[in-house]
Amino acid sequence: MNEIIFSAVNLNKTYKQNDGRFGIREIKALENVSLHLRSGSTLAIVGESGSGKSTLARCLLQLLPLDSGVVYFEGKNLIGLDKKELRQIRRYLQMVFQDPFASLNPRLKVGQIVGEGLVIHGLGSASEQQSKVIRMLERVGLEESDMEKYPHEFSGGQRQRIGIARALVLSPKVVVCDEPVSALDVSIQAQILLLLKELQSEMNLSYLFISHDLRVVRHIADEVAVMFQGKIVEQGQVVDIYNNPNNEYTKNLLKAIPGNRVAY
Amino acid sequence: MNQLLKVSDLSISVAAELDKQLVKNISFSLQSGKTTCIVGESGSGKSLTALSIMGLLSKQLKRVSGQIDFQGEDLTKLDGLALQKIRGGRIGMIFQEPMTSLNPVLTIGYQIGETLTQHLGMKGKLLKDKVDFLLEQVGIPSNRANSYPDELSGGQRQRVMIAMSIACEPAMLIADEPTTALDVTVQAQILKLLHELKGRMNMAMLFITHDFGVVSDIADDVVVMFRGEIVEYGKVNDVLGNPSHPYTKALLACVPDADGKKALKPIDYSWINEFKGA
Repeated sequence: MNEIIFSAVNLNKTYKQNDGRFGIREIKALENVSLHLRSGSTLAIVGESGSGKSTLARCLLQLLPLDSGVVYFEGKNLIGLDKKELRQIRRYLQMVFQDPFASLNPRLKVGQIVGEGLVIHGLGSASEQQSKVIRMLERVGLEESDMEKYPHEFSGGQRQRIGIARALVLSPKVVVCDEPVSALDVSIQAQILLLLKELQSEMNLSYLFISHDLRVVRHIADEVAVMFQGKIVEQGQVVDIYNNPNNEYTKNLLKAIPGNRVAY
Repeated sequence: MNQLLKVSDLSISVAAELDKQLVKNISFSLQSGKTTCIVGESGSGKSLTALSIMGLLSKQLKRVSGQIDFQGEDLTKLDGLALQKIRGGRIGMIFQEPMTSLNPVLTIGYQIGETLTQHLGMKGKLLKDKVDFLLEQVGIPSNRANSYPDELSGGQRQRVMIAMSIACEPAMLIADEPTTALDVTVQAQILKLLHELKGRMNMAMLFITHDFGVVSDIADDVVVMFRGEIVEYGKVNDVLGNPSHPYTKALLACVPDADGKKALKPIDYSWINEFKGA
């Protein structure tokens, strides 16, 4: 088995919600969450809306502050790093978002969107950056001429390709994919999943793949962690969990996959 | 068998450019107590088909040909008022977004009752009892009748939508992606509920979805649409088990299975040119 590249130990995160005149209500979004991601593999986080999947993704990348817990990337603790150090590390930790319509700046051209990370991190000269962007766009199935276009000129699937190019142009090591295919048609979904898989083996990427679709997870993931109300209730190899779920909630989740007629 | 709905030769165009056809000469039928699923990708014309049956096409679109026979009546010949009587009465409807299809400032009990007052003139105690009965039918305790939509979860809101749509005991229910916005466990519950209600009320269901898993769970017949045309139409076991059209085959090959045994294959669109030629 490959070495662990990214791990989290005992993460806790509480949201405070103003509950009208009754004061403040606390919602535990993450409760003692621990996980390990192995280099070159895919760990899927599954669960229903509100189970804390997206909070977990954001906390892992230090986009949201944690209440307690530690996050290690290549043996280095990310908690307590200052902004400058975090920015250097973020180059290796990238994210692909769910909504390809909301996650691309409508006022930037595709070339600028994909190249922005290279500029921020000061990687290479302007011409090197440009050729890198072109190569990346071509790799995800777009063309050089698309650099001069704006996001609204693309379909949902193409926009998701732009989002992937933006994340991967920096040659990251860990990519957090937050429901990357749930807004797409099933035919486009298959294209994007296959693209993600190809890129994973070419670039030796490790994916943290957040999804509520267990059929998709079955295809893309090596390991899976099931979240329920802020806790990980079960985790392990995909094959084991799908064939022999131990937790009651996991069983229900698997039973609810459409296409089994088990519900009736 | 009792044929309830017969759509023949239906075409829909953009009103400003009549040669721009969005739905092209489609025909299918629906029997009482049966479920027909319309599947296809976004933009294939599935929702337009449903909207035109209910006479709810937007003004920018126009039905250019076709008949829609419902219980022996051609819906295309009816005026707005007559159609309004049928909608919510003999034809029930559920939409994708339960969050946006309910009025946030009215209680759910009022909104369910509105349909009954409108179509059947029910009032007072009789109305209240019927609303309570409907809520229980869809699995919401009747003491929630005074709740507002924002006090309910997504699944409960969709249950309220279902209660509204079946209030007048429609002969046919049109459901446009009713579970797409819901979690998978809630989806299973809602599908089960619709399935049970359909059996209990001998209702016909026209169910629009893009999820083949859902299709295999609930459909009797399947209509596969691609770019405004029906490419395949038949019994669920035939269409899913032994698809004859290359598009259906390609679309099925894109669906990940829960066993992970099947290799995913994106659609190869090269055959489309042949399809156009034929």
